[in-house]
Amino acid sequence: MQPITLIEGIVAPLDRANVDTDAIIPKQFLKSIKRSGFGPNLFDEWRYLDHGEPGQDCSARPLKPDFVLNQPRYRGAQILLTRDNFGCGSSREHAPWALADYGFRVLIGPSYADIFFNNCFKNGLLPIVLPAAQVDELFRACEATEGYRLVVDLPVQVIRRPDGAEIGFEVDAFRKECLVNGWDDIGLTLRHADEIRAFEARRRAEHPYYFA
Amino acid sequence: MAPQTLYEKLWSSHVVRQQPDGTALIYIDRHLVHEVTSPQAFEGLKLAGRQPWRVGSIVATADHNTPTDHWDEGIKDPISRQQVETLDANIREFGALSYFPFRDDRQGIVHVIGPEHGATLPGMTVVCGDSHTSTHGAFACLAHGIGTSEVEHVLATQCLLQKKSKTMLIRVDGMLGRGVTAKDMVLAIIGRIGTAGGTGYAIEFGGSAVRALSMEGRMTVCNMAIEAGARAGLVAVDDTTLDYLKGRPFAPSGEMWEQAVAYWRTLHSDEGAQFDQVVTLDASQIEPQVTWGTSPEMVTGVGGRVPDPAAEPDPVRRSGIERALQYMGLAPNTPIGEIPVDQVFIGSCTNSRIEDLREAATVVRGRSKAASVRRVLVVPGSGLVKRQAEAEGLHKIFVAAGFEWREPGCSMCLAMNADRLEAGEHCASTSNRNFEGRQGAGGRTHLVSPAMAAAAAVTGRFTDVRELI
Ligand code: SF4
Repeated sequence: MQPITLIEGIVAPLDRANVDTDAIIPKQFLKSIKRSGFGPNLFDEWRYLDHGEPGQDCSARPLKPDFVLNQPRYRGAQILLTRDNFGCGSSREHAPWALADYGFRVLIGPSYADIFFNNCFKNGLLPIVLPAAQVDELFRACEATEGYRLVVDLPVQVIRRPDGAEIGFEVDAFRKECLVNGWDDIGLTLRHADEIRAFEARRRAEHPYYFA
Repeated sequence: MAPQTLYEKLWSSHVVRQQPDGTALIYIDRHLVHEVTSPQAFEGLKLAGRQPWRVGSIVATADHNTPTDHWDEGIKDPISRQQVETLDANIREFGALSYFPFRDDRQGIVHVIGPEHGATLPGMTVVCGDSHTSTHGAFACLAHGIGTSEVEHVLATQCLLQKKSKTMLIRVDGMLGRGVTAKDMVLAIIGRIGTAGGTGYAIEFGGSAVRALSMEGRMTVCNMAIEAGARAGLVAVDDTTLDYLKGRPFAPSGEMWEQAVAYWRTLHSDEGAQFDQVVTLDASQIEPQVTWGTSPEMVTGVGGRVPDPAAEPDPVRRSGIERALQYMGLAPNTPIGEIPVDQVFIGSCTNSRIEDLREAATVVRGRSKAASVRRVLVVPGSGLVKRQAEAEGLHKIFVAAGFEWREPGCSMCLAMNADRLEAGEHCASTSNRNFEGRQGAGGRTHLVSPAMAAAAAVTGRFTDVRELI
């Protein structure tokens, strides 16, 4: 997993509540054998005028000009502002896969659906929870200023606004450690690689027939 | 040392390290891989720039999506084809101890080929991204089904994060009657303890009736441990186990065999070992079984009747029965013997081994498919099973009876390929799950033994096979 320490990037405001995972990545894309490559189909139904199917070349598809991610000023955004209950519905891990593949590293919103929230941490996405009033304030600032950027400093748990003002946020200590270091379950297990190797060597000596 | 259960011996011999909360890192000896649950795991590995820890632990095959006829035409469904080709590419890139791709003459259902090549050995830990991995426990190995993220975890670390299970002993004593098989035994067990009865447990099957089973029969029983809610089923090592393994390609030989056998002989629960729960059954009381509902626990003897929900005092169970009967299109109190059969499926990792085919052929010999039965599929579990059956002439018996003799694979067990039921059709199936839509949308599955499936095929309804042999 790519570590998250300091993210400085363009902010895109998705001003809707209860965005479900089927909106984030529609079901026809679950037939894929991959967990990457979902970025072009992120928010597929909101983003394109036509119906998307897996395996299609999305670069030639007609865009819905009003959709926030289609506006040039938000191109290359790494931080997504969201509203209440983002990521509700089906538990598909394809939703965080699609957000991360598109290029998002941080979500900022008042609340997230539980399973989605957990899935984000497993896939190198930081979902930040802020009080609704502060989220409102960020939506206003972001819409008022073209090229609005924020700095998210995970080690010190602070969001820095362009004027230098800071907003603190909470994050579970263990999850933070995993994100900052880029650890997933596998990364954590591999911290014990020496123990695994020693166990394996003993086993190979005692039971060589399992290693034929 | 205090007496230990077989499960405790297998568990403690694989713990690499243990966390204070009881979660342990368990070393994995054998990793079985198939096309459906592996692509995202390999992809994850590549994205993270990791290599498989020990490719020598991997045995792979394509089975779920592969067609069972016209192999020369390849796989027509593009999405199925892509999954199979992705497995080909991943194995090409990373390697494996052994790969049996689509159209290889040793290809087959992952849970059939592991044991048949001696890739499943006593004392191992075996994992696969498939819940019926419990099958391999018949060889006194600790075998679990795992999810895709765990497949990746095992590829990358050769370990699995696990908490220890509770232990249950299911002891079946006495002798199974004529025409009553391992499948009937395990269906009767599930009927007794329910589909959640084994949740949180590793189940060891013991008693004289289990000891008397062949390896094929023990695999059938352990295969359905998962249908009783247990992630792992186990049978202790004995001469039957060793006789089966001797001479198989990946089994040790010569001095190494002797060394292995000395250890394997210790793989049983010690005298006086304590289980968290013990259930006992009398084998002589078990009738040929038929499921009537949409869960494997909805089962009764062939002489029984479909239950009447009105007689069920518990409201949750009552509505469960009502829903199942509605889906199955069955009236309360219908005698099992009056349910007509539209299709018959003999196959799946539960019952597609040579002994299963012999059992079915014994019933079919000299008879033919009832006119009312639309189709009978016989799908051997692997290319080796198929060749063995053909060497014994079993296929001729099936074909002469009007059955279809197919290429190996999962086939109509889960209907991911073209083999499936039409809505409303009743199927006598030797597979393991009778869930709604499992064998095709609207299809109605009745789980039975191979002998009972054959009996239904020739009479057109569920028939007590003991009347035919
Ligand atoms: S035969 Fe059926 S249960 Fe067995 S592995 Fe294949 S799909 Fe799963």
